Amino acid sequence: MSIGNVVKGFYQILKAMAVTLKYFFTKPLTVQYPKEKIRLYPRFRGRHELQRRPDGLELCVGCGLCAAICPARAIYVEAAENTDDTRFSATERYARLYEINYTRCIFCGFCEEACPTGALKLGHEFALARASRGDLVMGKETLLQPATPHAIILED
Amino acid sequence: MDWIDTLLIPAIKAIVVTLGLLVGFAYMTLAERKICARFQLRYGPNQAGPFGIFQPIADALKAIFKEEVIPEHVDKWLYVLCPVLAMVPAILAFAVIPVGRPIVIAGHTITLQVADINVGLLYPMAVAGLGAYGIVLGGWSSNNNYSLLGALRTTAQIISYELPMALSLVSLVIVTGTLRMSGIVEYQAALPLIVLQPIGFLIYFICGLAETNRSPFDFPETENELISGYNTEYGGIKFALFFMAEYINMIVVSALVATLFLGGWQGPILPGWLWFFIKTAVMLFVFVWVRASLPRARYDKLMHFCWKFLTPLAVVNLLVTAAVVLILRG
Repeated sequence: MSIGNVVKGFYQILKAMAVTLKYFFTKPLTVQYPKEKIRLYPRFRGRHELQRRPDGLELCVGCGLCAAICPARAIYVEAAENTDDTRFSATERYARLYEINYTRCIFCGFCEEACPTGALKLGHEFALARASRGDLVMGKETLLQPATPHAIILED
Repeated sequence: MDWIDTLLIPAIKAIVVTLGLLVGFAYMTLAERKICARFQLRYGPNQAGPFGIFQPIADALKAIFKEEVIPEHVDKWLYVLCPVLAMVPAILAFAVIPVGRPIVIAGHTITLQVADINVGLLYPMAVAGLGAYGIVLGGWSSNNNYSLLGALRTTAQIISYELPMALSLVSLVIVTGTLRMSGIVEYQAALPLIVLQPIGFLIYFICGLAETNRSPFDFPETENELISGYNTEYGGIKFALFFMAEYINMIVVSALVATLFLGGWQGPILPGWLWFFIKTAVMLFVFVWVRASLPRARYDKLMHFCWKFLTPLAVVNLLVTAAVVLILRG
């Protein structure tokens, strides 16, 4: 333990402490979540939102391509025929049952890419905690609701 | 009316100091958590009341109402005794520290320290040394490998830091010519001793880090090797007592550094007790700052450092100080 080493070590400790002191006077990065909104990028992938046409008809035609491409097998689609009395979508068929199981979904976004009509979009809703697993299998009535995430969507 | 001076006033002072240290401990835990958090770009506890000021109360209630667990394999007597054994010396050591200018109330001159004894400097050294028994025996009585290793490291640590610590204070005593705390503070009216004894200050502060088991010398706990070290088997209020001992020791060492090297309550403009408080708070901040900055050393490295570097340095410091004082006095 030479004197030179000690002086060098002492200098390095002071240097390290100067670095930490600099961060002491920096504003914390913490987002105080329920009080402040989280900042999300536009391409953030959250809960799915099924889209409608401007006249209110559903865009989904029940083709099942999303279910076919889903790597986690989280999507279940059951199609049915539209009739003139009960019309859900502009085309021949519509999705009678459309369920996404959020215990399985990995939010990869393949379903959004596979969708031929642009009916499926991954929105910004991220607060998906539920009290039971059953509640995490969400049906059409939930997925058709536009989400209101507690977040600020940033510009791209 | 003699009993007022000899009995009543010291008793009141003792109670005030004890309560003050307990409140100080409570808010030191909060301060450390908040300061540490800021070093890591977090906010720290801020939910219980404004700025989290009720957090210590919540923590205390939690600790008190926890189930009293005494494991079957422990030495029950020592196991229960040790938290107290660690805690009491920590509070006792504060007795000789003057926190302000003496005040006069109704004809009684009250020194703002519990006892102004003539061996004031020896007393906190002696009492703080006892505090290590709480940790060593606590680790031993837990009858657990990790606790025992933590306790062993404490013993290795205590025989290493006590010598340079005492030597650094001896050179301070040579300068001031008194062991009495009030005398040492009066000596610093013009110039704090850190200017005359910078090396002594550094040695004392490093040893103080080791004495209070603070990072980078927190070997008795070493949580990433020894789970929680000596207090692994402790929970609830018994654990809280060990925790209290560590923080009160920290406050005592900071107060001692403030008194011995930074001029105690001496200072311009502001009242004495406020100067004392500011100086102690600055030292406490440095404690947390060091913890936030430096990784833990290996305990054999501390022994190496203390015996082969700090002790010789303290001896050299002592000799040089003695020679200079001798020459100046003619």
